[in-house]
Amino acid sequence: MGKLRPGRIAPMLAAALLAASVAACGGGSDEPAASGQPAEKIKLTVGLFSDFHFAPLYEEFKKTHPNVEIVERRAQFNDHHKNLTTQLATGAGAADVVAVEAGYIATFTPLADKFYDLGQYGLGKRQADYLDWKWSQGLSPDGKLLGLGTDIGGTAMCYRTDLFKAAGLPTNRDEVSKLWPTWEDYARVGQQFMAAKVKNAKWFDGPGENFRAMVDQAPVGFYDEQNNLVAGTNPDVKKAWDLSVQMLQADESAKLAAFSPPWNTGLTKGSFATIVCPSWKTGSIKDAAPTTAGKWDVAAVPGGGGGNQGGTHLMAPKQGKHPKEAAELIDLLTSKDNQLKLFTDAGALPSIPALYDDPAITGFTNPFFNDAPTGKIFTDAAKALKPQHVGPKAGDVLTAFGNALQRVEQGKQQPDAAWQQALQDLDRIK
Amino acid sequence: MATRAPDRPTVVPRHRSERFSRQLAHRLDVKASPYAYVMPFLLVFCAFGLFPLVYTAWVSLHDWTLLSDVHKFVGLDNFAFLLGDDYFWNATFNTVSIGLVSTVPQLLLAIWLAHLLNRPLRAQTLFRVTLLLPNVTSVVAVVVIFSQLFGRDYGLINWVLSWFGVGAIDWNAGTASSHVAISTMIMWRWTGYNALIFLAAMQAVPRDLYEAATIDGASGFTQLRKITIPMIKPTIVFVVITSTIGAMQVVAEPLLFGTYSPTGGPDRQYQTLSLFIYENFAKLDFGYASAISWMMFVFIVIAAGINYLLTRRSGGNLT
Repeated sequence: MGKLRPGRIAPMLAAALLAASVAACGGGSDEPAASGQPAEKIKLTVGLFSDFHFAPLYEEFKKTHPNVEIVERRAQFNDHHKNLTTQLATGAGAADVVAVEAGYIATFTPLADKFYDLGQYGLGKRQADYLDWKWSQGLSPDGKLLGLGTDIGGTAMCYRTDLFKAAGLPTNRDEVSKLWPTWEDYARVGQQFMAAKVKNAKWFDGPGENFRAMVDQAPVGFYDEQNNLVAGTNPDVKKAWDLSVQMLQADESAKLAAFSPPWNTGLTKGSFATIVCPSWKTGSIKDAAPTTAGKWDVAAVPGGGGGNQGGTHLMAPKQGKHPKEAAELIDLLTSKDNQLKLFTDAGALPSIPALYDDPAITGFTNPFFNDAPTGKIFTDAAKALKPQHVGPKAGDVLTAFGNALQRVEQGKQQPDAAWQQALQDLDRIK
Repeated sequence: MATRAPDRPTVVPRHRSERFSRQLAHRLDVKASPYAYVMPFLLVFCAFGLFPLVYTAWVSLHDWTLLSDVHKFVGLDNFAFLLGDDYFWNATFNTVSIGLVSTVPQLLLAIWLAHLLNRPLRAQTLFRVTLLLPNVTSVVAVVVIFSQLFGRDYGLINWVLSWFGVGAIDWNAGTASSHVAISTMIMWRWTGYNALIFLAAMQAVPRDLYEAATIDGASGFTQLRKITIPMIKPTIVFVVITSTIGAMQVVAEPLLFGTYSPTGGPDRQYQTLSLFIYENFAKLDFGYASAISWMMFVFIVIAAGINYLLTRRSGGNLT
């Protein structure tokens, strides 16, 4: 630095003073809170595993909480939940608000000391809104409210009307629903479809989703109420396995793993005619294959429609420094009005039964799905839903069976050997 | 050679203790300060290299999962289970197979490319930069794009193969086909890099050897075989070692090939050792995953030992 000439000092000093005075005026943090402006700026992180379409809701929250900045981060589904376990164990890195899916909620609710009790922040009053089983899924074993539900996954069957027409099958959704009261009927109609030899089209996308839907409809799934792993001995699981294998061997599968890039391509190009559709999947299909608008429709799922596939709870790990704001954000994201908005926007089926008779939902038709009354279809499915207890490692169990079905699909193993290996993999799941 | 500081006017020490402390300070300066200079690196290595090594060995002797705070000491049970575990040996086979299929053709191709570039060419820099470009891309991006190329129904490679009447290959499903696909990704990334290393080595070979060979009537290929390769043997050894290390670390490609699959495909057809470790850590079974890590360390020591024996036998004579 050269020598400071006197002529230069004065303007620099003046600029510095000016900056300091502007900063002093703009601060205002010493003002009393009478004006309703809370002082500190707060940043809340929201950890999700897909696009929940929460962005407009964040704007709504900002109106009542102008000092809160919300940062959303998304991770791959399995990674998101495994990361959460690591973050809870190491005590650092968890978001302020985390989404936990139905397949993993039983892993986290026992950890009552790692999450804020939302009941202490006034969210206990929401109990009257919710479905009983959805509410109790978010409770810890000793009754603390750890998670508040967003959506549930009432199940239906989405199908491609153009492919059905090409195969000579009815396209009207009521008639289609009558085609398959049971899963065996569904398999049989599949063979009919395959016999029509529609170009490059198979009956369904991959075996795992059908298997999962069948198991979800049973009264007991992979775990019993005491969290014992019963997948290997549960006759309903074996029945779902046998039927899935039968459909694979009839070459009805397009052999696409759900949510993979080839699956997106398959959706767009019409590689399969039907796909199991929990309510949120209507949003996924719309996001993945926007050019297929109007070619889809929604019918009832085989097997009596009792299954719940998916759905999420929002929880607040104790690592977050702003429990009050996090609880308020959770309250807003799961509020009755916003659950309604998320249904019409993203296909997320509300977990608040009062909405099932709301005309905004029952009258809602989805133009992407050929103006199907998805509101009525899914709320009917939700009303018929008999919830199944989901155990702590249900995700890993599903992966073991999914891999086994894929091995059969790829011709790597005979079905019985694949079943035995799946059971051995279950033994490794601690 | 150290430069000397300018002499300060010497002060005669008045007491024996003062002289003793000056001598001590001087001795410390000469003998101990080298260690002080190395200490930062040593501390970092102990913290991030040595301690995790020892701690992993400690963890591998326990039944240690992240979900419980009680860790039962089980001695070598994890290792006993590991040695009988089919999935472990399957991962080892996959690692060796992918390592060989990706390394051997890659090094041959790299030597050939370097040989082609080792002559007066215009736009030398352009060629060299182009060779290095694949190496600076993101691993994940490469895997995702190559997965699309190797796609079963709509992949570019299957489309080209269909011109020759070959049916659609399911690259993910088969063991050999998935190894070839993953090796292709690795080769795409590293061939240019290794070619540049070979090129640098080749440019150090004296020209008169080639001139003498040309006078004797040797063809280009013979010169490559009999002159170039023996002369760059130390570089070849170095590249083989680094490629072996890289082959044992392959994890991103199998994890993301096709779909996200910690098991390396439904049949574990392309699960490498690193991915097997990742799968077990992701299942939060830390004890077992640490045991696998230490077994991998044993394998690496064995591979290094084999490398050393081979190079010692043939590396004494460098000309």
